[in-house]
Amino acid sequence: MQDFGNALELAIRLVASGDSDLMEIIALSLRVSLTALLVSAILGFSIGALVATSTFKGRGAIKILLSALMGLPPVVVGLIVYIFLSNAGPLGWTQLLYTPTAMIIAQTLLITPIIGALSTQVIEDIYLEYKDFFTSLAMSRRAVAGALLWDGRYSLLTVALAGFGRAIAEVGAIIIVGGNINHLTRVMTTAIALETSKGDLALAMALGLILIVVSLAINASVIALNLTAKRYAYA
Amino acid sequence: MQKRFTNGKTGLIPLEVSGLSYHADDRPLLDALDVRISSADRTVIMGPNGAGKSLFLRIIHGLIAPGAGDVRWGGRAMSDDVRRRQAMVFQRPVLLRRSVAGNMDFALSLRGAIDEEKRDALIERVGLGNARDQPARTLSGGEQQRLALARALALEPEVLMLDEPTANLDPASVLMIEEIVNEAHHAGAKIIFVTHDLSQARRLGDEIIFMHRGKILEQTQGDVFFKAPQSQAARDFIEGRIVT
Repeated sequence: MQDFGNALELAIRLVASGDSDLMEIIALSLRVSLTALLVSAILGFSIGALVATSTFKGRGAIKILLSALMGLPPVVVGLIVYIFLSNAGPLGWTQLLYTPTAMIIAQTLLITPIIGALSTQVIEDIYLEYKDFFTSLAMSRRAVAGALLWDGRYSLLTVALAGFGRAIAEVGAIIIVGGNINHLTRVMTTAIALETSKGDLALAMALGLILIVVSLAINASVIALNLTAKRYAYA
Repeated sequence: MQKRFTNGKTGLIPLEVSGLSYHADDRPLLDALDVRISSADRTVIMGPNGAGKSLFLRIIHGLIAPGAGDVRWGGRAMSDDVRRRQAMVFQRPVLLRRSVAGNMDFALSLRGAIDEEKRDALIERVGLGNARDQPARTLSGGEQQRLALARALALEPEVLMLDEPTANLDPASVLMIEEIVNEAHHAGAKIIFVTHDLSQARRLGDEIIFMHRGKILEQTQGDVFFKAPQSQAARDFIEGRIVT
């Protein structure tokens, strides 16, 4: 067991030297979470635009469901994806278990409701303001959705960042469906979990430092986006 | 003598409204209105607050479905096609979260290609030439409404409807908006202008429709209306007495 100061020093040295294992883990983390974010954003924004501008029956139920799913426990999502992808499961033939794709699927399930619910709220607020104007223009539904997504761009970027923050920091789901296999499915959070349990605090702490930097960068971006939006009166 | 449309453009006139009613919680806000607007003149709908003017305008433009009754533009029921030949300027301008030019481009792109020359000329006309790239929502109230008007004109509407567009605006903006509305009228657009401002109604009202408590009390030529109003409510209103 190393002491804290020792571990921190080693961690900083690892980061500074650009250690190849460390870089590989960071790269995979970003690849998995950014891909999940891309898919979730496409799904979530579409859901948001659809729910916000429709008046169909069951709309309220969908909004409640989305909100409820925002708090899905990652381990449960991991378990469900595991059951589907395991050899005996309905999607076992895809052989995706313990691959980065499985991790992307799990994170997508985890953050799509977050992006969907939050973007529904954002788009709904803008639509309420624009509705008469858009009706007056006799716009197609497609054009309405496009205009709302564009005009909500700052707020929706913030929503996407919230989703990304959740994905990149998550460990419960991906450790189950990814398995934390070295050089294959090891990402920052799963590596931290493993290295900590092994007692190798230096690598764990190096990854922890990176995660904190990522998290701070996300929050700084959110603040900067909000300030920019306010300055342009686009908020 | 009433003007008639000569350029054959405004097949949407006459506007015929029959039996138009609208209730909110059993309270009649519009009560069995029958009206026909058939001239090419500027029609001003006036009356005290709460008379139902804005609601009437929103219903004839198809933004709100009436409780009962029928609205026909040139014999046709309201449809997307009819609405695309009209434009509306709201009391509180609805501006997109884009630049001044971006707001114009949005309207132009809905009616085909973006003609930058036409766009810039309209922006210039409403006195926003120096603010072309400015975020539209950072403009002052008067500037915002002028942009909304320019954007409506970019649609080249056959019928231009304005819902108290100059309420709470500075006099310079009011003047400019009235001038531009007149220009649009001369270019062949039918104007339907809602206001509760008496002097504005005098300036713009070739034809006056006077509303009170959800009913149309008078529909006459402007000079006739201001000289010899027929109803007590209109007389009170013109003489500046409080009409409730």
